Amino acid sequence: MDLPVLNASPAASAAQSGGGCDSHSCGSSDDQLGHLPEHIRAKVHNHPCYSEQAHHYFARMHVAVAPACNIQCHYCNRKYDCSNESRPGVVSEVLTPAQAVKKVMAVAANIPQMTVLGIAGPGDPLANPERTFETFRELSEKAPDIKLCVSTNGLTLPESVEELCKHNIDHVTITINCVDPDVGAKIYPWVFWKNKRVTGREGAAILIEQQQKGLEMLTARGILVKVNSVMIPGINDEHLVEVSKVVKAKGAFLHNVMPLIAEPEHGTFYGLMGQPGPTHEELQKLQDACAGDMNMMRHCRQCRADAVGMLGEDRGQEFTLDKIEAMEIDYPAAMVKRAEVHAQIERELEIKDLARAAKAELVAIQGGKQSAPKTRPVLMAVATKGGGVINEHFGHAGEFLIYEASEFGVRFIGHRKTIPYCEGGDTCGDGESALDVTIRELAGCEVVLCSKVGYEPWGPLEAAGIQPNGEHAMEAIEDAVLAVYAEMGAAGKLDARPVAQQKAA
Amino acid sequence: MAFEIIETCVNCYACEPLCPNQAIYQASPHFLIDPEKCTECIGDYMDAQCSSICPIEGAILDELGRELNPPGSLTGISPAMLAQYQAAVEATYQAALAAKSP
Repeated sequence: MDLPVLNASPAASAAQSGGGCDSHSCGSSDDQLGHLPEHIRAKVHNHPCYSEQAHHYFARMHVAVAPACNIQCHYCNRKYDCSNESRPGVVSEVLTPAQAVKKVMAVAANIPQMTVLGIAGPGDPLANPERTFETFRELSEKAPDIKLCVSTNGLTLPESVEELCKHNIDHVTITINCVDPDVGAKIYPWVFWKNKRVTGREGAAILIEQQQKGLEMLTARGILVKVNSVMIPGINDEHLVEVSKVVKAKGAFLHNVMPLIAEPEHGTFYGLMGQPGPTHEELQKLQDACAGDMNMMRHCRQCRADAVGMLGEDRGQEFTLDKIEAMEIDYPAAMVKRAEVHAQIERELEIKDLARAAKAELVAIQGGKQSAPKTRPVLMAVATKGGGVINEHFGHAGEFLIYEASEFGVRFIGHRKTIPYCEGGDTCGDGESALDVTIRELAGCEVVLCSKVGYEPWGPLEAAGIQPNGEHAMEAIEDAVLAVYAEMGAAGKLDARPVAQQKAA
Repeated sequence: MAFEIIETCVNCYACEPLCPNQAIYQASPHFLIDPEKCTECIGDYMDAQCSSICPIEGAILDELGRELNPPGSLTGISPAMLAQYQAAVEATYQAALAAKSP
C-alpha cells in the first residue's frame, strides 16, 4: 500500500486538483497551502506560522514591545507575568524598541533558521503604535532578510493600515472570535474607543466592525491576512463556522482555530468561572467543519509574546538582555550565514516536493486509491525536534505531533503538549505522573512514533492501546506514518476497532 | 484635584500617551501622576482618560482615595468569586502540607 500525502483537508485538496486530475493524489503537497495561488505560496513557504511544512524547518521569534491594550478579553489576565507559562499574552519582560532590535539581531545571528519576527503583545501591538513601528522601522533597515509580521485584535487596524504598508509588513494576523455582537458581549467586557470605555454589546459591535473593515482594507492592498479564533465551547464554537465563511469571503487566506486556555490559576474570567476549553476531539471536529470553507491551520502552538526558536520550543532564556550584552556578533557575517542556511533548507524542501509529486503521480497512474480496500483511519503521535523527521526520544518530547493515516493518505491534525516523561537525572522522580499525563494527552492515538522509547513506558502505553514504535527513527514523518499504517493493514488491524475501545467494551 | 496611580499598576503604558496634560510619567516601580499637572481631564474629555483605559481594577484613585475602577467593574470577576478561588487554593495547599507531614 503506497499512499500520497494529503492536504490539511479533503476539501482543500479537492479544491486544488482542478487541472484534469480528479483525486486527492494529484499535485498534493504536505502543506495546507497547496492550493493557494503561487504568489501567496512564495510569500509564506518559509514562514513557520503560516506553513505547516515550514514549521519543521524555520524558526521565528516574538519581541514583547507592546504592553498596552485597548480591549479586555475574558481569557486574558493583564496582571500576568510568568517565565514558566507558554501562552499568548504572557512575557517575562517588556523591551524598549532599541532592546528589541538588539535581541532580534542576536537571535538571528545565533539561530540562522530564523525567517520571521513578529510583534504580538503582550498587549495589542497597534495600541502601542510608536513602540511597534519604531521596532519595525529599525529592523527593516538592519535585517532586511527577516520577514516582519504583526498580530492584532483589530480595534485600531483601519487607521494603522497605511503605516503597516510603509514598513513592508506583508503578513498580519487578526484575532476574530465572532462576527455577532451578542456573541462578542460574552467574550469582551469592554473596548476603549474614541476616548471612552465602551462596555458590553456596544463595545463588541465596535470591535467587530473595525476588525472587518481592517481585514477588507488589508486584503485590498494585497497584504496577507491570517485570522486567529479562540474556540470557547458554548460561547462561540458553533459560531466560528460562520466566522470562517465571512473572513474567507473577505480574503483572509488562512484560519487558525485555537483552543481556549483557561485555568483558575491564570486568574482570568473564564478560568475562574470554570469555563472549559475544548477537548482535542471537539477542536478537530470544528477545524474540519471550518475546513469546508477555508484553508485551516493546525500547527499553531499558541506561543508567548516573547517566544524564540522553532514553533513548540522556546529558547528565550538563552537571549535575556544581560546574555545578549555579553555576545560578540558579526552581523554582516550572520546575514550571509542565514542566507546559506535558508538556501540549504529550500533545496532540501524542493527535493522532498519533487519526490512527493513523483510518488503522487505514480499512485494516480496505478489508481492506488480506487483499488485500496476500505480501511478505518488511525491517529498516530510523533515525537520530533524538527526537520520533518522522527528524531526525538519518547521521554524527551514536550509535545507530540498528531497525524491521521487513512486510505486516502496522511494528514497533519495538530499537536498535543505534555510533560516530558523523563528529562533525565533528577526529574525522573516525577516520571510516573508525567507518563500518565502523556497517555491522557495521546488519547485516541493508536501508535506513538519516536526515535527511541524506554522499557518502562512501553507497558503502560501498550495497555492504554497506544503502540510504541521506535523502528522509524530518522525517517520522514509522513513516510513512516504511512509505512506503519500499511503494516497495520497487512496485520488485519484496520478492520477492527482500536484496542482501547475493545477494552472499554 | 488630582488622580493617583498606586502600586497595583502593571506598567502597561496604556494611560501615558492619552493624558491631555502629560501628567503621567514612567517611574519605578510603577507609573505616576504629577498632581500639579493632573486636571482629571475636566475640560478636555467627558471621561478621565487614564482610568478609562486602565485594565487593572483599583490601580487609579480619585482625589478622595476612591477606586475609579472598583473590583469586578472591568473583568467581571466579583470579589466573592475571587475570595472563593483563593479559599480553594489555600485549602489545596493545606491539604498538601498535611499529607506531607508524618
